[in-house]
Amino acid sequence: MKNKLSWFAVPYVVWMALMVVIPILIMVVYAFTTAEFEGTVENFSEMGAYASVFLRSFRLAIIATLVCLLIGYPVAYWMAHEGPGFQRVAMALIMLPMWMNFLLRTYSWMSILENNGLLNQFFRSVRLVDVYNQIALHFAADPALYKPTDYIPMIGTSGAVVLGMVYNYLPFMILPIYSVILKLDHSLLEAARDLGADSAGVFRKVILPLSLPGVLSGVTMVFVPSVSTFAISRLLGGGTQMMLGDLIEQQFLGGAYDPHLGAAISMVMMVIVVLCMVVMNHFGEGEEQAVML
Amino acid sequence: MSKELIRLADCVMAFDDEIVLDKINLSIQDKEFLTLLGPSGCGKTTTLRIIGGFQTPTSGDVLFDGVRINSVPPHKRTINTVFQKYALFPHLNVYENIAFGLRIPKADASGKKVRLPEEEIDRRVMEMLEVVNLRGFEKRRTTQLSGGQQQRVAIARALVNRPKVLLLDEPLGALDLKLRKDMQNELKRIQKAMEITFVYVTHDQEEALAMSDTVVVMDGGKIQQIGSPEDIYNEPKNAFVADFIGESNIIDGIMRADGVVEIFNRRFQCLDGGFARDEEVDVVIRPEDVDIVPEDQGQLKGTVTSVTFKGMQYDIIVDFYGFKWLIQTTDLSPVGSRIGIKIDPDGIHVMKKSEYSGMFGDYSSYSEEYEEISDASYALDEEESGDEE
Ligand SMILES: Nc1ncnc2c1ncn2[C@@H]1O[C@H](COP(=O)(O)OP(=O)(O)OP(=O)(O)O)[C@@H](O)[C@H]1O
Ligand SMILES: [Mg+2]
Repeated sequence: MKNKLSWFAVPYVVWMALMVVIPILIMVVYAFTTAEFEGTVENFSEMGAYASVFLRSFRLAIIATLVCLLIGYPVAYWMAHEGPGFQRVAMALIMLPMWMNFLLRTYSWMSILENNGLLNQFFRSVRLVDVYNQIALHFAADPALYKPTDYIPMIGTSGAVVLGMVYNYLPFMILPIYSVILKLDHSLLEAARDLGADSAGVFRKVILPLSLPGVLSGVTMVFVPSVSTFAISRLLGGGTQMMLGDLIEQQFLGGAYDPHLGAAISMVMMVIVVLCMVVMNHFGEGEEQAVML
Repeated sequence: MSKELIRLADCVMAFDDEIVLDKINLSIQDKEFLTLLGPSGCGKTTTLRIIGGFQTPTSGDVLFDGVRINSVPPHKRTINTVFQKYALFPHLNVYENIAFGLRIPKADASGKKVRLPEEEIDRRVMEMLEVVNLRGFEKRRTTQLSGGQQQRVAIARALVNRPKVLLLDEPLGALDLKLRKDMQNELKRIQKAMEITFVYVTHDQEEALAMSDTVVVMDGGKIQQIGSPEDIYNEPKNAFVADFIGESNIIDGIMRADGVVEIFNRRFQCLDGGFARDEEVDVVIRPEDVDIVPEDQGQLKGTVTSVTFKGMQYDIIVDFYGFKWLIQTTDLSPVGSRIGIKIDPDGIHVMKKSEYSGMFGDYSSYSEEYEEISDASYALDEEESGDEE
């Protein structure tokens, strides 16, 4: 399809140029230069040192996306099948946390997950900590050396980081899936039944494939911010779970000041993310493309 | 040889206290082409959905082969549906749409779920594509098909499962006139060839008369009349049926004796009887059953108030003593001329009075609609524009 540019598109084009294209160009320039702005590829060859951060970022982001999908799809499906009154309430509940500041939300999770936090106080009161000690002792490499704790370690683990990401990004999974399922033509479901499909068959052969575009855009909208997340990993990961976002932040604002390396890392991350999206969209080929960004 | 396949017994359907179907009693014979005919909102789709299993009647029974199936879900009925808007699966191509039902494992005699072998599926899909004239379209996406082609995919998708009954909900509604006619013949041919019971929904009376073995006329959630197309047309049970099926003049009359009915204080011979003496009745006279004769030879005399050219014939509106009739004739009688009419006894149909009496069969408004047009085209032939007051 050919798209002719009309004059109405001009403000949009200018905006995109200023806010998207030029920044990306600047990033590319930085990535391929030294502090004295001489051309180099050293920024990339140095990056091997951070392979573990790359791996962790993608691993945690994939886990968070899968968890979001596993929770989000059933929730979206169930919401779409309830009455409009219920849907309004559910929608409000899903959006509500998003009206709160992101850092505030994450700090709240810190105080919940801390060794002396709300959850651990609860666990202690119901003696879950003892159970935990039993299990930990059982699996400990050297039981003799195992020291019982009076808390279940949560903060500072990769689990806490995944939890933080799931909590923050779950709405972005639920909403697109919900709206696709809601718009499904009811007569298609009746047609499937008419042709002999039972409930499971209708779901597998009609609802699931037709809601794939929603799943695709949900996955994109959760995965992209998850890979590049920072702050969540720092606050809930307790410094042990550095992710790409933190690494990049350090190069620009933190102690390891090196914007050129930061730009190079950003670029590599972008390329990998775009590749992931291309591969994924290929699965849904023909259907409406997942909305990117 | 005809045997009852489906029976609706006293079926009532109510949505939030609003009664949509009121004690429907209907018997559908094996291998017949039965049409539900009626105006929008009369409950045709609802009746079809009860047969298909998508709706459970509020009260009453649905019997299939003598077995009560009220609560049998759609996927367990040997009935398939062609939906009002086709409902083709947009994520599947034509071939896979048609194969959809075949790919679902079915319980065999021992109750074990078995899948059809791929060759069998392929053979049957290809056979169906042949039947609906869509060979070569297998790989097309359904969204890339024309309305008529989508329609045929929908029919193939239902028929490939070899149902005992096929339900069709206004399947030709979206097609243009020419395609409609072709598809009517096509459907009739398929129904004969495959020997399947068709339950067909339409609000087009011509379509209903042309295709059906049995026509069921519905209005306001009630069945008004069940009969063969000829019965329905020739012996309408009440003013609603008479008006809905074809054009009719419906006039108040009084039954003076068996075979004698009085209209406008004149007695006419008719073939109907069995009414009480001097019973008030509705008399139906079809526009094509009226013969135009010179004024002095007519049983009734009137003034032509409008003429519309319809291709095959002229539709003329004639004013008899203030009551306007529609008459179809091949001879032109100009506006303003005085004519007489004659009606043969078999052109007069007498009906009992019903709740519909007085609501239909008067062409006063019709003539006004056309007056200007007819004035323009026929004023030339007239000595003066002899329009009535
Ligand atoms: N699910 C429902 N809830 C409430 N009312 C309904 C429902 N389905 C149908 N109705 C009502 O039942 C009546 C009959 O509807 P139905 O769809 O059977 O009409 P129809 O004869 O098929 O009309 P059309 O020719 O317009 O398709 C209508 O007044 C409609 O508003
Ligand atoms: Mg309908």
